[in-house]
Amino acid sequence: MNTMNTSTTNLLQPTKDLRRRYRTERWFKRLGVTAISLSLAFIGFLFITIIADGYPAFTQTYIELEINFAEQAFTRENLAAADYPGLVKKSLREMFPEVDSRQDLKRLYSLVSPAAAYKLQHMVEADPRIIGTSRKIWVLADDDVDMLMKGKMDREIAEADRRILDNQLAWIDKLVAEDKLERRFNAAFFTSGDSREPELAGILGGIKGSFLTLLITLSLSFPIGVAAAVYLEEFAPQNGWTDMIEININNLAAVPSIIFGLLGLAIFINFFGLPRSTPIVGGLVLSLMTLPTIIIAGRASLKSVPPSIREAALGIGASKMQTVTHHVLPLAMPGMLTGTIIGMAQALGETAPLLMIGMVAFIVDIPGSVSDPAALLPVQIYLWADSPERAFTEKTSAAIMVLLAFLIAMNSLAVFLRKKFEIKW
Amino acid sequence: MIYSYLFPCIVLLSVSAYFLGVHRAQTIAASSGGMRAMHSLPTHYGMFTALNCALPAIFVLSIWKIIEGTVISSMISRNLPPELLQLSANEFTLVMNEIKNVAFGWVNQSSTHPAIESAAEHYLTSLNTTRNLVSGVVLLSCIIPAVITGRMINKDLRARNLVEGTFKIILIACSGVAILTTLGIVLSVVFEALRFFQAVPFTDFIFGMEWSPQTAMRADQAGSSGAFGAIPVFAGTLLIALIAMSVAIPIGLLTAIYLSEFASTRLRTWAKPTLEILAGIPTVVYGFFAALTVAPMIRDIGNWAGLSVSSESALAAGLVMGIMIIPFVSSLSDDVIFAVPQSLRDGSLGLGATRFETIRHVIIPAALPGIVGSILLAVSRAVGETMIVVMAAGLSANLSFNPLTAVTTVTVQIVTLLVGDQEFDSPKTLAAFALGLLLFVFTLVLNFIALRVVRRYREQYE
Repeated sequence: MNTMNTSTTNLLQPTKDLRRRYRTERWFKRLGVTAISLSLAFIGFLFITIIADGYPAFTQTYIELEINFAEQAFTRENLAAADYPGLVKKSLREMFPEVDSRQDLKRLYSLVSPAAAYKLQHMVEADPRIIGTSRKIWVLADDDVDMLMKGKMDREIAEADRRILDNQLAWIDKLVAEDKLERRFNAAFFTSGDSREPELAGILGGIKGSFLTLLITLSLSFPIGVAAAVYLEEFAPQNGWTDMIEININNLAAVPSIIFGLLGLAIFINFFGLPRSTPIVGGLVLSLMTLPTIIIAGRASLKSVPPSIREAALGIGASKMQTVTHHVLPLAMPGMLTGTIIGMAQALGETAPLLMIGMVAFIVDIPGSVSDPAALLPVQIYLWADSPERAFTEKTSAAIMVLLAFLIAMNSLAVFLRKKFEIKW
Repeated sequence: MIYSYLFPCIVLLSVSAYFLGVHRAQTIAASSGGMRAMHSLPTHYGMFTALNCALPAIFVLSIWKIIEGTVISSMISRNLPPELLQLSANEFTLVMNEIKNVAFGWVNQSSTHPAIESAAEHYLTSLNTTRNLVSGVVLLSCIIPAVITGRMINKDLRARNLVEGTFKIILIACSGVAILTTLGIVLSVVFEALRFFQAVPFTDFIFGMEWSPQTAMRADQAGSSGAFGAIPVFAGTLLIALIAMSVAIPIGLLTAIYLSEFASTRLRTWAKPTLEILAGIPTVVYGFFAALTVAPMIRDIGNWAGLSVSSESALAAGLVMGIMIIPFVSSLSDDVIFAVPQSLRDGSLGLGATRFETIRHVIIPAALPGIVGSILLAVSRAVGETMIVVMAAGLSANLSFNPLTAVTTVTVQIVTLLVGDQEFDSPKTLAAFALGLLLFVFTLVLNFIALRVVRRYREQYE
């Protein structure tokens, strides 16, 4: 059995067996690197796709029209009742006098967005003195024209398969040649609410709705969460009730979010009769969802305060409540704030429970208060993702970019706060 | 008018009660020989007065807000003509809504019944008088206790104990919110699910093989066969969860092992947060990505390979869900593997094992309960995920295990049943609550098992 001693084993020259074992290890390391690079590649692919799809949404196509605010068109007292679409159509006819058949005229008019008429109305209502003058005005083009200019529509395929017909193509090319059609920064994306017309759709309603809902979520979940964490960590006796509360909190942290939506629907809307689709109910549901996160993060940061602080405070005569409020809580507050910011970031991206409580309606107005119906940014993304118009794809990607920007900002704030106020005991 | 400003009034009165209490404590202290003679600090006396001012007022106000609706309704319905009082419950609420609309001027008055118009005026006057009355009561319940406690302040009053006891009760109430939430979830889901099981038997639901939740709105409507067998829906959930775990477990585990065993500290410090990004991306974004990028890609690959791939295949939803779950598996496993003590590794390496053999024979068995726990938690997350499947998976309940077909899951069915336009009592919408109950029970059991497995089989390291 002592073959090992008699063979010429050179420790510096590995045997075949040993080489095989090292080879296996190298393969395993390569597998590990592949796994990590796959994950990072997914992240990169996701971001690149979203950004590539989304950045064209920040520009929009405009057409320059010469509008004659003829006095005859404004004979009535009510400025809003004037025929603004008629003014737009007249200007288009003057630019293309060769178009005369009814079908062709309809195609010509459809190059301009319906929003053009509203823009003229706003201009006249803001300054009625422009009646009687002639102005060159840049108005929004229709979303099909916009898709063509952004290269999303193929000019080469057969006319029957296209949304832009040949004669429309000829007019568009003529407008481009005369410098009357160009792409500009799409400020309407950030200043207007939802719309059925893609060129008018904006995310201001979604942002304001999210802001109001998160405000309610924060004002409800932060105090209750901190209070519960303080009680469970500092004051609770070790008995069955406390165990049950702890089990409950851990379970709630892992319950699927749609169940919270069912809870909101059954109790807040049906039983308490709160108004549907408002930030109040959305905030209540989201605060119930973020409560376990804040409690768990709060307990962890309270646990990290060393016992010497507590004992010193008790030693100079403070009561338990005074120790906690004057000494332990301020030291644990950075950790609690970090946990709250992360919880808010998670709540910002939640959609499923909000679908249950009805925040999935088509809301055009910007919500003014917490009891106005609102749509949130993630729900807005969901609604736009379902819309059939081609132009909504880029709007959805752009809205996703805005949402991700907010999330990255919140998470970076949390990391920055943690690094800055972290106390190494 | 003062009713809408009641809450700021209460706050203002409480703050002034606080300062009055502090001032009174300080004057008493000055006349009894300094602060040492008092039992508590002045802030405690001030807080005692403020709490006695605020709490009774908030209590009265809350009770009023709860009973306001019924009180006003009963006051008006006493004066309504008899034919309106005999309407069914639903129509009576409609009449009440119409009265409120007319009273607040949201409806053109000329188009309403004269009895409703007079009832609307009566509504406004009774609302105003009762609100003024309640405002008076609330303000009195704010001021009177504050004055009484102000008189009670003397040097022997144990204000600190009383104040701290009150705060402790508030803390306990806040902790109870968690129990209330669970109770609320259980009650709401169970209550509605029981109503569903009265219409559709439990065994039909659990063991039925056909899911087609259509119910007739009228007696003569065709296509009203409501088949509520949930097995195809469960099968769909299982299929997508299986695909997701088959992506997440290998990548997640390998990442965890590599990061904790082979990676340098520098790689670890920036790779871990980057992987957390995957967990922080909202699921709507994943759903959009799955529906618009991944599903067409899979369909094109399938067509190129000659297979028939649905555009809402389970593979697309499962893949993207797997990507989303990777950080769950990798973070939790990484923590567990990192916690295995160095002595075990050193012993194994000292005996001549390579790093890979150490991992396979020593570390993974030691960390196995934690890894299994993290996988179970990831499975529960996959089963409960909604947005990815709503946007990328289909609605047809096929009972198939082919990942290239469209399947539907429990969460998709809950969403479609409740976002639709059926009335709330029909079995179709109640089926959503039954599905929700099953989902809740399933994730609860899974989490419970995960916790028990981790706790019971966890190695006790000295």
